[in-house]
Amino acid sequence: MSVDQATVRRIARLARIAVTDEEVPHLQNELNAILAFVEELNAVDIAGVEPMTSVIPMKMRMRRDEVTDHAGADIVVANAPAHEQHFFTVPKVVE
Amino acid sequence: MSDPTRLTLAEARDAVRSKSISSLELTQAHLDAVAKARLLNAYVTETPDRALAMAKASDERIAKGEGGALEGLPLGIKDLYATEGVHTQACSHILDGFKPKYESTVSSQLWRDGAVLLGKLNMDEFAMGSSNETSFYGPVASPWLPPNWTKEQGLAALGGNRQGLLVPGGSSGGSASAVAAHLCLAATATDTGGSIRQPAAFTGTVGIKPTYGRCSRWGLVAFASSLDQAGPITRTVRDCAIMMRSMAGFDPKDTTSVDTPVPDYEQAIGASVRGMKIGIPREYRVDGMSDEIEALWQKGIDWLRDAGAEIVDISLPHTKTALPAYYIVAPAEASSNLARYDGVRYGLREQGRDIVDMYEKTRAKGFGKEVRRRIMIGTYVLSAGYYDAYYVRAQKIRTLIKRDFEIAYADGVDAILTPATPSAAFGIGEKAGADPIEMYLNDIFTVTVNMAGLPGIAVPGGLSSEGLPLGLQLIGKPFDESTLFSLAEVIERAAGRITLPNAWWAD
Repeated sequence: MSVDQATVRRIARLARIAVTDEEVPHLQNELNAILAFVEELNAVDIAGVEPMTSVIPMKMRMRRDEVTDHAGADIVVANAPAHEQHFFTVPKVVE
Repeated sequence: MSDPTRLTLAEARDAVRSKSISSLELTQAHLDAVAKARLLNAYVTETPDRALAMAKASDERIAKGEGGALEGLPLGIKDLYATEGVHTQACSHILDGFKPKYESTVSSQLWRDGAVLLGKLNMDEFAMGSSNETSFYGPVASPWLPPNWTKEQGLAALGGNRQGLLVPGGSSGGSASAVAAHLCLAATATDTGGSIRQPAAFTGTVGIKPTYGRCSRWGLVAFASSLDQAGPITRTVRDCAIMMRSMAGFDPKDTTSVDTPVPDYEQAIGASVRGMKIGIPREYRVDGMSDEIEALWQKGIDWLRDAGAEIVDISLPHTKTALPAYYIVAPAEASSNLARYDGVRYGLREQGRDIVDMYEKTRAKGFGKEVRRRIMIGTYVLSAGYYDAYYVRAQKIRTLIKRDFEIAYADGVDAILTPATPSAAFGIGEKAGADPIEMYLNDIFTVTVNMAGLPGIAVPGGLSSEGLPLGLQLIGKPFDESTLFSLAEVIERAAGRITLPNAWWAD
């Protein structure tokens, strides 16, 4: 399988990464090189094989449903590029 | 003491305990060495004030007859580990200015045991790379000079763009370079497809990727969560065992952390390997393998046989599917994990005309080329219509890869011996061509181990004809790191310790 330029733009959009027109052909080549590399997996017989979900067999642990994190709002927003009164601020979303 | 940075971690520990050196002296000697080696670019942040304060506190504890397993010992920490109040960016621009308000579990265990923080170590951006060339902070130089280079040539390249100097490997390139150059007694690292073992092999150091679940992933910047593991890089196998005892252990904050006791790994050093069954997988004899790597592997076989181990040929038939399957699984998980970098809660923000524009501009500016490439591949293989064809198929193949190992171990094999890398270190800029696959092939011998969740250790096996370090890899059974330490130490003893000719960068 290989991707065309429209698909490259669509993937970039889904990944929320802006790409310029000049970058698209390069990205297309790189992505197709990787897709060609993984092509050989189609030759592997996977009939009846379960997909791996956990590499080491382990039971999902349960914990008490209670608050364990008391970090506080100051700490939560301390690294935010923009915040106001303990809220993260972003460009207007709703008109 | 002549030069405290020449001590191994074990020697330094014993010297500090017996008070023949103070932690303050030991730490100051390392800070001085780090300051003289800035052009190697191994550290992205130095924390001398904190280091000296920690060292002083260690000396006070030792004076009172207290102190933990790593009391007063200065270490370097990979930039992927969250360190409270200290630069933590996984060497990415998108985490610009990030200083976490918390400490990773593994590093907190090192401080619990008395270790001293020297600073944060360079790495490939988000651990995506095999040469440390994808770091936002620029490439790290290996302290090993390229073959036939003079010290003057090395210094000139260090003062310029470092082209032609050797890569230390990646992604834990800063860790490997710093340990090899004696800029710390030991370093933390992480391994998703070979990021501890390949740089260890390139720099003549020892590195172990523990069993998945052995070390907590809490507070590590996530790349591919089902593959990522923390581990140490050190100058000796014994040092590696000492570090592992502090780094390993159950953590309720990581749902994939396994609740099983941590043995005293150092006890495994010097234990007999007589009668152990060592598997030699025929599929690792890949097309075009160099005579040099072939000869190194044979030497490893001979050394283990001489120590009384039994050598058996084994087959791991799905070996060659591991690398392509990895390049589906790892990018898929990365594309999900890296979705969090949106310019809202931390790090870089680029202004946009609306919120989506802001996301797209922030991520375009903040991610480097390799990271963007992997996010896009991951996004594609997880997108509607392709999920089964790529992701589910790769996860089924992963089951087959793991089954290969299980069959070998069920047949009585105790560990598996392979080369660690297909070649010695290459030059900075040498593999910067258009084809990303060329770089990916570095991990051909290491990536199977991550796919199967097993422990693997890289140990120096000797020097190439050009005088560069080459490493052997031992792969173990789940949670049987002790056996790997015993076997690796046999190889270390037979091969002889690899040490750098001199500190050419320090003038």
